[in-house]
Amino acid sequence: MSKQSVHGTTEQHGGHGSLKSYVIGFVLSLVLTIIPILALENGWLDSDKRLIIYLVAALFQFIVQLFFFMHLKEEDKPRYNLMSLLLGLFIVFLIVIGSIWIMMYNMVAL
Amino acid sequence: MANVNAGHHDHHPDQEELRTFAFWIYLMTDVILFATLFATYIVLQGSTDGGPGPKELFQMNGIYASTFILLTSSFTSGLAILAMNKGNRLALMNWLGVTIFLGASFLFLEINEFIHMVSEGATIGTSAFLTAFYTLVGTHGLHVTLGIGWMIIVIMQIAKHGITPVTKRKVNIISLFWHFLDVVWIFVFTIVYVMGVN
Repeated sequence: MSKQSVHGTTEQHGGHGSLKSYVIGFVLSLVLTIIPILALENGWLDSDKRLIIYLVAALFQFIVQLFFFMHLKEEDKPRYNLMSLLLGLFIVFLIVIGSIWIMMYNMVAL
Repeated sequence: MANVNAGHHDHHPDQEELRTFAFWIYLMTDVILFATLFATYIVLQGSTDGGPGPKELFQMNGIYASTFILLTSSFTSGLAILAMNKGNRLALMNWLGVTIFLGASFLFLEINEFIHMVSEGATIGTSAFLTAFYTLVGTHGLHVTLGIGWMIIVIMQIAKHGITPVTKRKVNIISLFWHFLDVVWIFVFTIVYVMGVN
């Protein structure tokens, strides 16, 4: 959030990004979508190594969306949004990785 | 006393800012909801019970199209914010309208895909893979549907009240929600579709 809104004055380009940052974010997000599509359609590397391309592209896409569109970096000092996001991501990893791990080593079900 | 207030002022969030933070907290609960659905999908994706799998079912050209449509709609909702910050009410309403149109196009493609899959005999009850698939992708589609309805209401409020601190906060929040849907779709696209047909 920008300082302007705290002081109640009309907002300039302050905390919500500029046209430039939105365009850069949009172009990056398009590129990060085209890369996995090209990798899939043209069969780059072999199918196991391609997974790394997909996951890295998705991770960067996530970061681009957070910083260029959701303005995570422009938050004021007590970074509560960032902290809650980190807690959220921690729970995500716990659920997703935990589920995969437990289903892979669940000898009773197998 | 005046000094203390002035000192506090810089770090003291106003009500509108607190409401935006509260919405961010809601988004984190949605993150957990989707994490659970993704975990279910990843665990069940191989359990096709002799039915059709991802490679037979997914038509990637339609998925590519809907992915680019959703990415563009995320960008246009950002342009709506820029128009709002410049105080341009008409441009704000137009960009929100474009975002709604793109969101509706995305939904149209998704519903068509579901109809096509069901017509091929791949229903939600066919296999555990398809149950997890329809639940995950359908929950995202439901969020998009709600987002479109919500955006229409926000446009009506802007038409009535103009750009005020309250409508400003509402536009900021719906835009945050829309970017969030885009983030979730990136992972649906990667984990369900691209890795499914890899």
